[in-house]
This record gives sequence, structure tokens and C-alpha cells, in this order.
Amino acid sequence: MTEQPDTFPRLLMYQANLRSARPAFREKDLGIWQTWTWAQVAAEVRILACGLAALGFERGDRLAVIGDNRPRLYWAMMAAQALGGVPVPLYQDAVAAEMAFVLQDADIGFAVVEDQEQVDKLLEVLPQCPRLKRICFDDPRGLRHYGQAELTGLEDLQAAGREFAQGNPDFFADEVGKGRPSDVAVILYTSGTTGHPKGVSQTHAAMIQTARVLVAFDGFADKDDILCYLPMAWVGDFLYSYAQMHIAGFCLNCPESPDTVMTDLREIGPTYYFGPPRVYENILTQVMIRIEDAGWIKRRMFHGFMAVAKRVGMGILEGKAGIPFKDRLLYRLGEILVYGPLKNVLGMSRIRVAYTGGEAIGPDLFDFYRSIGINLKQLYGMTETCVTVCMHPSGDVKLETVGPPMPGVEVRIADSGEVLVRSPGLMKEYYKRPDATREAIDPEGFFHTGDAGYFDTGGHLKIIDRAKDVGKLADGTLFAPKYLENKLKFFPYIKEAVCFGQGRDKVCAFINIDMAAIGNWAERRNLPYTGYADLASQPAVLDLVRECVEKANRDLAQDSTLANSQIRRFLVLHKELEADDGELTRTRKVRRGHIGDKYAVLVDALYSDKTSCFAETQMRFEDGRTGTVSADLQIVEAKTFGAAAARKAA
Amino acid sequence: MNSLSPDVTTGRKIGEPILEIDEVSLAFGGVVALQGVSFDVREHEIRAIIGPNGAGKSSMLNVINGVYHPQQGTVAFKGRKRRNVDPHEAAQQGIARTFQNIALFRGMTVLDNIMTGRNLKMKSNFLQQAVYWGAARREELEHRAKVEAVIDFLEIQHIRKTPVGRLPYGLQKRVELARALAAEPELLLLDEPMAGMNLEEKQDMSRFVLEVNDQMGTSIVLIEHDMSVVMDLSDRVVVLDYGRKIADGTPDEVRNNRGVIDAYLGVAH
Repeated sequence: MTEQPDTFPRLLMYQANLRSARPAFREKDLGIWQTWTWAQVAAEVRILACGLAALGFERGDRLAVIGDNRPRLYWAMMAAQALGGVPVPLYQDAVAAEMAFVLQDADIGFAVVEDQEQVDKLLEVLPQCPRLKRICFDDPRGLRHYGQAELTGLEDLQAAGREFAQGNPDFFADEVGKGRPSDVAVILYTSGTTGHPKGVSQTHAAMIQTARVLVAFDGFADKDDILCYLPMAWVGDFLYSYAQMHIAGFCLNCPESPDTVMTDLREIGPTYYFGPPRVYENILTQVMIRIEDAGWIKRRMFHGFMAVAKRVGMGILEGKAGIPFKDRLLYRLGEILVYGPLKNVLGMSRIRVAYTGGEAIGPDLFDFYRSIGINLKQLYGMTETCVTVCMHPSGDVKLETVGPPMPGVEVRIADSGEVLVRSPGLMKEYYKRPDATREAIDPEGFFHTGDAGYFDTGGHLKIIDRAKDVGKLADGTLFAPKYLENKLKFFPYIKEAVCFGQGRDKVCAFINIDMAAIGNWAERRNLPYTGYADLASQPAVLDLVRECVEKANRDLAQDSTLANSQIRRFLVLHKELEADDGELTRTRKVRRGHIGDKYAVLVDALYSDKTSCFAETQMRFEDGRTGTVSADLQIVEAKTFGAAAARKAA
Repeated sequence: MNSLSPDVTTGRKIGEPILEIDEVSLAFGGVVALQGVSFDVREHEIRAIIGPNGAGKSSMLNVINGVYHPQQGTVAFKGRKRRNVDPHEAAQQGIARTFQNIALFRGMTVLDNIMTGRNLKMKSNFLQQAVYWGAARREELEHRAKVEAVIDFLEIQHIRKTPVGRLPYGLQKRVELARALAAEPELLLLDEPMAGMNLEEKQDMSRFVLEVNDQMGTSIVLIEHDMSVVMDLSDRVVVLDYGRKIADGTPDEVRNNRGVIDAYLGVAH
């Protein structure tokens, strides 16, 4: 076997040679899917690269790429890399001021953007970014009368490129030849929860090696199809779409517009799919709404066969033995009548592998997809590690974990519980931030993820929380509040939960019920109630919540590391936690410390023997007025389980 | 002239009058809807008609596209004077319109609805279309391409296959505009295109109206109650009150006209 190409531009030429007539890109334009083969793409990239060179783009320059997933934007990235430059994709929905920061930070001189919206933003920040000298746009709509000297249409760029290529026919090949695998291939800005975003520099070598591992891991080939709909600025899109297509030679399908993704998904029928949990959740919600609107025959069929799928579907997917013949037959029938048509409507008939990651996925959601035969798996990673730290191998999937470390990746758990990673996909550096780089990567070469986790008995990594939020109970065992809260929030009846236990002898919790779900539940039982506070104090509701908490406890008991974190006592708060009252952040994350202080009386009551506690709280109404709510809150004891009992019950 | 006025930013040229209304009067029995109204619409112009309820605005549009036949006066479109014209003739000559109450086929998809806008341009006969062969097929593909361009222009790709009845109001309005544009009109009549819309929808619609005018060069007659929209979009404004024209001029002139202020705010007797 000849030596494998080691930079993206060389991979492009390699694929253009090997798979010249295979589709590389599709885009739906004016209602029709347009296809470009690898050979056509290589030709387009050559022209774009020559055009950029004609405008003065040089080796090492950085090119901002901003817009929805468009073939020409991907080609612009390829063109920049071919010239030895570095593409810097930006989030297309970022406001102008955020873009200004990245444009300055990365010293960007050239930008290729999608349309008028992005042009307007760049023109707005132009005075703050003196280095930015050229903005190329793909879609000329609305830009006819813009006279700014910095603007160039992509068509003009291509024309300049053709002319340049005629004068310098060997230029492109020479430039591709000059690239080294250790060059930076892309700079991806991490959103950064605090402070300014940091630019993560990834080399060709890191990205390509990681992509090779991934392609081998799930056996991707050139007949695979992927719909690229996630932001180009996100490492996932660069790795799963861009890098892997270069290795496997499969086709990237660009949706017609962000609003048509569901239709496009169905038309393309990708074989490989990635989405954060909320995407899967939205799809499921849509399905459920439509099923409830369907006629009773369809509804009965759906629910009947979904029960079968829930019982045996996951076992069948994982190829387990011991599933009764009758159930297999029923499942087969269900596939014909329900699961197959459903997957077809969702555009998931051809999916071989689907991934989710980024945050915890609910058990119902996860089981739904797996039970109808979609091989949904989880993964763990971040921009700094080219994602790819841990992934579920097909056939060894556990809801609670993110899978074992990938080949070539070393994962170590620090004494603090923090997950440390060393891998070939580790970033080169934070761009122009040696201090931050030193802080993140220790002298041994391990990257500090900031996440806390541990390995389970099967060698799977389990991520429980951000390391800084993880504490210890009084007896020294691990206390991961967010993990517990998430576990509770997966119950549809529980909207928010706040767990306490840092330095205490046991875990107790505040709970917010989900007004819509429990309200509906109460109506079906003819339980009268006046409002949130009233509903939250009804004994029947408290019982319902107690059952949820006990179910969570039973799960926790099975996990030796977390068995001590079972929730002993809880109360249902008399008001909903609100961002207006400073109890939640604007992104609706609970502010545990603030809540603990504000409701100190209640926390004390939880950790005493009291069975009820009077609380009076100020709250702010939507119109800005303030008032008080008060209630006598019942404190409920929840059953806890020993490990053995839990196993029996489960 | 300030730099934000449409003429500077778009650079479009307003040409000769394309539509001339001359002394038009219209009555329904004893009810007088229009009384000796005259004005003109120039090429590439956005012309607004405003006025209080019952001023005769919609009647004026109906006269222009031949739904009503005025008892007196003439309408000249592209130099051809006429009094009585039928709506389909007006459409053939290049006048398209949208309606105050949406007039779409609710059970048909967005795509099919817009295709009906191409109806007058279809040359193949019923039999050919039924067989869907040769010329009829080629023709349909051409029309579909035109329709897709309109869909792209108005950014409604995501509802292409959705029955119109299931769409929210703002989108239905956009579909109606799409159907009118599919006819590739030279003169577009918009009857309250933004009525009942929220601010965002209004902004979208305003943008589309401006782009139609700028990129397709279509002349537009617009009835609208939202004064900020009228003042931002239009080149010239006609003001009707009780069927009479009480003012005519640029938005600024109309805004400061005593008669207009009285008509809108009432006047002490």
C-alpha cells in the first residue's frame, strides 16, 4: 500500500483521483438536489484557491468562514488549507461584537461569508478590525448596491481564480505540495462559559489521525451519506463532516435552508447522523404529537408495537440471545407496520450509526431510538481533543456511560476526580494564549478536561459533572449534585431539582414540579387545585414525586460510587425557581449556592428532624412588582436502597 | 436627501407612468365609493394608497384590475386607455394582486397554490396536460423552475409541500405574494399585505416588498394602514377620504398636509 496522504489538500487530490466520479457534495437548490463529484470539487477548490491567491492570500494567513452549511463555504476552507492558510469558521448566529473579537484575536484578513446578513455584520465591525481587507460573499442577494471596496462576490473571486490559474498552471499543485502535517489545519473557537472564547489550533496530523480512527471504528466507506446541519464553527462538524469525508470519501449533503432540515433528512436518508440530545428530543416530540392526532387504529398499533419494541427491541439490536421466538416474530411484524414506516418518515431508514453527546440524554429518549432499531450511541470529547475521547462501540452501549476510551487515547482520573486525556488528537495550543495552554495541558501532556468522572466495572467512562461542582459528603464519598439533579429532571413530573450534601452526612433535595405535566395528571384524576403552590402541596402530588425520587435512589444504589448519594429527604418548593428571582441563570441552570442561602431555613429543616417547615419568600412578578408567597412545606422521607435490594427490585 | 432614502441605496430609476387613473368615479346604487379620483403610478415606483376605513382604497384596486367597472373615467395601463376590463385581461396584461382577506386554496400545498399563479402563462391545452407528455411536460418543468425561484426569493422552502390551511397567517400572506409574483407582473397590487402581522413579520414583508421592487423592477401599489410602513416603503402616497382624493405626494408632503391630518384625527365643526 502506498503512503497515505497526510494533509487535507493532499487527501482532496487523492480522493479526486480515486473517486473522481463519486459524489462529494450535494446541495438542494431551487428544489433540486445538485451534486458535485470529487473531481468537480477539486477543480472548484483549485479555482477558489487561485482566486484567494490573486487577492493576496498567503501561506499562514487566516480565513474566516461564516454561514450555514454551504458547499462553497466548505470549499473555501479547503482552498485556504491548500494555500497553507488556516480556516477559522465562526458561528453564523453570533452577533457582530462577538465576531469582532474573533476577527481581531485571530488577525483575520480575509473572510468568505454566506450572505447579506453576515456581510452586514462584518461591515459593522470593520472599523474595529483594520486587518480585515477582503470579504467574499456567496449569495449576492440584497448586495447589489453595496459599494464597499472590501466586498467581492464569489463569482468574481472564481473569475479572478480562473485567470490566475491560466497564468500559473502549476501554482495550486505546488502549494498543496508545500503543506506539512504539523501545520495548523483549523482554528476553532470554543464558546467558553467564562471570559472570551479561546481559539483551539488543531493540526492536519491530529485531525486526520482522529478521523482515521473514527472511520475505522464504525467502518465508514464512500457509500455513506451525511447531512451536515450543525454549525460549521463547531468541532463536531469539522471532524464528522469535513475531516471524515476526506478520509472515507463519503458525500456531504447540505440542507436547502436551516428550516428544511427535517424534509432534507428524509430525502437524503443519511447513513450516519450526529445530534445533541435536544435534536432527538424534538424529533420524538413531533412523532408523539402526530401520533396523538392520528386515528385510533394507528394510535393503538403504534402504542402496542412500541410496547413490544420497549421489551425486546434493544436486545434484538444488540444481538442478545434468549429472546423468545414469539417476541422476535412480533418485533418483525412491528418493523413492517410501525418502526419501518416511522423511521422512513424521520429520514432514519438507512441510519447505521447515530451519535449523541454534549450533555446527558434521558433514558426514555435513548431507549426509544434504540428500541426501534436505530443504533444510537454516546460519545464524549471536546474541541481541544478533536472530540473522540470515549465512544460506545456498537454492541456495547450503556445509557449511563460514554463508552471506553478510543484506541490511542489515554484517560486518567486525577485524585480530584477530574478526567485527564492524552491523545494524538490533542490540540496544538490555544491560539496566542500560551498561559491558557500551559494551564490546560500538564507537563506530562495530559489535557485537563474540567469534567469529573470515573470508570465503571466494564471499563466505560462515566461523566458526572463539572469537576469544580463535585464535592464530598461528610464521610468522604463522592457528591455530584448536577448528576443527581439531572437524574431527577429526567422524570417528566420534575422540572427542576436542587441537591444539597456538600460536607453533610446525607443528600437532601428541593424539587420543582412540572406544572404542565402534573397539572394534566391532576386533571385526569379530578384533583382540584388553584395554582402552583396549592398543587405542589397536595399529598397525592408529594406521593407521586416521592415515587420518582425512590426510583432514582434505586438506580443510584446499583452504582457503588454513588450509592451514598441517595436522596434521603426532600421537599417540593412552594414557588417555581425563576431567573427573575436570581435562582436560575438566564440559560436556566440552577444557582445552587444562591438558592441554599436564600432558603437557608428550608435547608436547615431538611437536615433536622422536622416534618414540615413554614416558608415565606419574596418573588418578582413578570410585570416587575414584588410580592410574597408563603406556605407550610411538608418534608418527605424517601426510601433508600442497599445495593442487593436494588438489584432484586430492578 | 438623506442617505437612507431608497433612491440612493438602491439606485433604481423611476420611469414614465405605467398606470394612469383619470377622473374615475364608482358608485354602488346610491353609495358613492370613488368620486373623480386621478393619479398615476410610475415604472419601478412604490405607490401607497392610504385613508380611513371606507375611503375607497380597496375599491380603487378593484377598479385597476377590473373587478369593478367605474361609471366614469378611464384607467390607462401601459398607455392603453380603457374603462371596462375583465380581471383575467388585466392579469394577462401584467397586473397581479393579493387580497385583504387571503384568497388561497386552503387544501392545496404551497407549491400548487403558487403554480396557479402561472396558469395564464401555460400554453399547452387540457388534453396535453392530462397526458403529461412532450410539450406539456417541458412546459410544466419550466413553470416549476420559475415557481422555485419565487419560493427561494421569499424564503418559503420549508413549507413547499405544506397545505396552505395549516400555515400561520403571516406565512399565508407570504404565499399569496408568491402566487402574485409567479405571474411575473409588471404592476403588483397589494391590499393590506401587513394587516394582522406582528412586528417581525411586518419587517420581513417590508423587506420582501422592497426587494421585489428593486430586483424585479416591479411597480407596486400598496394599501396599508401601518403608517410607519407606508412612510418607509413608498415613493409617493395618495390619500383618499370618502371616495375623494385629498392629497398626493411624497410621504413627507402627505404627513404635513392639513387635510390629511383632519381626515385622520377628525376636525372640530
